[in-house]
Amino acid sequence: MNPHLAIHPFECIQQGRWQSIIGAMTPSNPVGGPGATPARWDPGVHSYASMGYYDPDYIPKDTDVLAVFRVTPQDGVDPTEAAAAVAGESSTATWTVVWTDRLTANTHYQARAYQVDPVPGRPGEYMAYVAYDIDLFEEGSIANLTSSIIGNVFGFKPLKALRLEDMRIPVAYVKTFQGPAHGIVMEREMLNKYGRPMLGATIKPKLGLSARNYGRVVYEACRGGLDFTKDDENINSQPFMRWRDRFLYCMEGVNRAVAETGEMKGHYLNITAGTMEDMYERAEFAKELGSVVVMIDLTIGYTAMQSMANWARKNSVLLHLHRAGHSTYTRQKTHGVSFRVISKWARLIGVDHIHAGTVVGKLEGDPATTRGFYDTLREDHIPVNPAHGIYFDQDWASMPGVMPVASGGIHAGQMHQLVNMFGDDVIMQFGGGTIGHPFGIAAGAEANRVALETIIKARNEGRDIMREGPDLLRAAASRNKPLEAALATWGEITFDYTSTDAPDAIPTASV
Amino acid sequence: MRLRHGAFSYLPDLTDDEIAAQVRYALDQGWPVSIEHSDDPHPRNVYWEMWGLPMFDLTEPDGVLREINDCRSTFPGHYVRVMAYDARLGRQTTALSFLVQRPAEEPGFRLDRTESDGRVQRYSVHSYATERPSGSCYGS
Repeated sequence: MNPHLAIHPFECIQQGRWQSIIGAMTPSNPVGGPGATPARWDPGVHSYASMGYYDPDYIPKDTDVLAVFRVTPQDGVDPTEAAAAVAGESSTATWTVVWTDRLTANTHYQARAYQVDPVPGRPGEYMAYVAYDIDLFEEGSIANLTSSIIGNVFGFKPLKALRLEDMRIPVAYVKTFQGPAHGIVMEREMLNKYGRPMLGATIKPKLGLSARNYGRVVYEACRGGLDFTKDDENINSQPFMRWRDRFLYCMEGVNRAVAETGEMKGHYLNITAGTMEDMYERAEFAKELGSVVVMIDLTIGYTAMQSMANWARKNSVLLHLHRAGHSTYTRQKTHGVSFRVISKWARLIGVDHIHAGTVVGKLEGDPATTRGFYDTLREDHIPVNPAHGIYFDQDWASMPGVMPVASGGIHAGQMHQLVNMFGDDVIMQFGGGTIGHPFGIAAGAEANRVALETIIKARNEGRDIMREGPDLLRAAASRNKPLEAALATWGEITFDYTSTDAPDAIPTASV
Repeated sequence: MRLRHGAFSYLPDLTDDEIAAQVRYALDQGWPVSIEHSDDPHPRNVYWEMWGLPMFDLTEPDGVLREINDCRSTFPGHYVRVMAYDARLGRQTTALSFLVQRPAEEPGFRLDRTESDGRVQRYSVHSYATERPSGSCYGS
């Protein structure tokens, strides 16, 4: 009888012996006693690598789901075994051999760590590439995909930390998802707005305004020149403003602004609520009032987001996603899920807008990493690009793009930088930079619009906007009082802190 | 009112040189350019009248400027816009659109409302220009 059968797993944990077991489980020191090589199906605890979860010779199939994890093993745990453990725990393995595996085509369902690289300049961290057969996942279900890939494995004791850095979603799996309800191209045609980024603002203060006062801000910002205004993530239906009142006053403001300017406008009506039934009720009412867009928060969960994306496609309403809560797991470099993975999931889920960072604003965002998010959301084919944190080629097979939203601490004086970084397909949201304008909200909106059009026109004329930007804006401000006041108020304000999430220079797998 | 339509409607009206620079940008991107005009600027009026077909395979903006001027002189009271089209896979849509003529007087829009149950209002944007028969909204 295998002596390891006598060890109860909880006893191992209490004695702190998991790591020594895992560490010891290399093929040279296997289960089964000194000198003995256990057979694959001998009962007991085997190393994950020896059970087939590490296979450096494996060549991923075009239909495999690929993932790359940043693995930080506990001291003494072999990185290859740690990578195999990640593959095992995120696919078929449990802590010990089970004979019921033999009732399946088990090697088909096993994930495989096929490459493990140390991260340059970061001792103790390794990039583990894992391939999963497409049969492991239910068609069109992000909930199912994530229950495997970021399920139990993130709490696995032999690892100090684990981060899902990137994924390759095979075309065969991409095609099982609806994708964006409308996408970038259809959104522009719906709104009749081409050739420039769109502008928005989040209504501030984010909490406390009555519905009537709130709608006033919507009206002023839209008539001044913004394309969109937005509820904040935590505006749902509180005692100071119930959802139905908010919807009614906001749509009054939107429609007044449309008639005053002759262009389409929208307010992201946040339909986030405690139950799906409440969300559907709010979405239906937004549609009934003629809103072109509704909004959800990431906190509602993957399945709820997918349901609302289906609803948005069926009802010709754009779907805006606020990434509330993402920084709890995206920001730290060693543990969690990279936002580039969240971006891929969001595109499959089918939202039309997602907040994706500003670089120059108040929230976390390394320039190269953020560029990687934007490419992932907007392009049809994204090649491997280690400098932008892109580890795999990703082909979207004509799935429409998601409009990225740059929001948080940006102002008109940064317009040349924003246009240079993000191009045309982006919504720039200036909340404080609109509502805090000394001449009022409509003037703040106009300042942003004049700054934007000035920079786009100059870029198209072949001007070097990064060099001439400040001069171009000053020249435009000499003809436009609101822009002049905006530049005088915010001028050169920047948020210049070191990013926590810069890409590592690391070789990538050739697939 | 001043109609906000196209990419540059918050800037002073573009001069012919400025229009030529934008057209050159479009041609350099490989985008054919077309000209459209309308006497109904309602924001949901998608299909303005085409001034001929899109101009494919041009390299210089001069020909486009000539067409713009012909359209302007034929319809002096209409809105005229220039559109650039991106036919690449994944786009296949308008890439840039901007006004190159406004009527001397822009009557704008009225917001009509119908009260309904539960304080709901049904909104409708009415284009004053359409109060005159099509084609003579601005007397031209």
